Amino acid sequence: MALDTNALRHAGIAPDGGSAAAVEGRAAIFEMTQAAEDAVLRPKDEGPWSHELRVALAARIATLNGEADLAAQYADGACAFADLADPQNDGAAQGLAEVVAFMDKVAIDTRNVVAADISGLQAAGVADADIVRLAELNAFLAYQIRVIAGLRLMKGAFA
Amino acid sequence: MTKVITKFTRNLPHWQPRVTPVDLKEASEEQLDALQVTPSNTKVSEYVLTLAHDVESLKVRSPLFNAIMYDKGGMSRAERELGALGASMVNHCIYCAAVHAARHAQLEKSTDVTDKLFRDGAKADLSERDRAIFDFAVALSEAPSQAGPAHMDALKSAGLDEAEVLDLILSAALFGWANRLMHVLGDPVRLPEAAV
Repeated sequence: MALDTNALRHAGIAPDGGSAAAVEGRAAIFEMTQAAEDAVLRPKDEGPWSHELRVALAARIATLNGEADLAAQYADGACAFADLADPQNDGAAQGLAEVVAFMDKVAIDTRNVVAADISGLQAAGVADADIVRLAELNAFLAYQIRVIAGLRLMKGAFA
Repeated sequence: MTKVITKFTRNLPHWQPRVTPVDLKEASEEQLDALQVTPSNTKVSEYVLTLAHDVESLKVRSPLFNAIMYDKGGMSRAERELGALGASMVNHCIYCAAVHAARHAQLEKSTDVTDKLFRDGAKADLSERDRAIFDFAVALSEAPSQAGPAHMDALKSAGLDEAEVLDLILSAALFGWANRLMHVLGDPVRLPEAAV
């Protein structure tokens, strides 16, 4: 299996191990998943959200979802934003309190997100395009984290 | 006046963005390329024009979405829709739930399952196989840690093979993504008759 993606590594799916055949059957999907990770974490056009800030937020969301190893990997590139990887920190020290509160809510309390959460970001001076960028980052991570958790269970069940 | 829809329905609402979508007349080359339209094409949805603000993500997401929901083999299309619906009900994404409940009903040529789910919620009376599929999608969507080996056992007991389970994981996870765009960036509304 030539497939080498972050999701498969974190799920513990090795080229010749359990579940490799099923995953190989969806190889294109795993390749596109990796491309999506690159697009949200390391886009050519960062906008106001630097690669370092993006991985810090990614690490934070992984931690909120109990994915410690994935969080540690993302946090490794967070540099000046490393504090934000810890959900205990509210982002006020970085001037990002609204952004961080929004990301936490979208990540773990999606159903209760309301129009005021968006207008709050707009009032805090976040441009519409940059709100979409935050939502895409959060949304991709929800997918990535669930793919990893699901694959890990699948590997255990079909071993 | 538009009215925001708060109850699950198969009757597709209009999606009204909470941010201003990209104006097609001002779209960049890269945005037009990702949208696969020419400036004269006005048929692009407001949702896609909203996502065009993050063109690099949009470009990779559309083919990934199509592959997970429609690629051949593995789990049936209707069952992938059930996975998507489980996620959308957890996240209370009225728009996604409407689209995927309608597709499920269309593929199954029956509204029975989605009628029950919308009427009775997650505890609705389902077949063993649908029950296992829906419960796993719900657990994974609520929090990944809520899905466990017992869910996998139920899926295997109901007769799902590994390729089908993989497709279920992908479709439920994908709607963790889609719901966080649809439900977060816009409202499901009914437009007044005159505006339709």
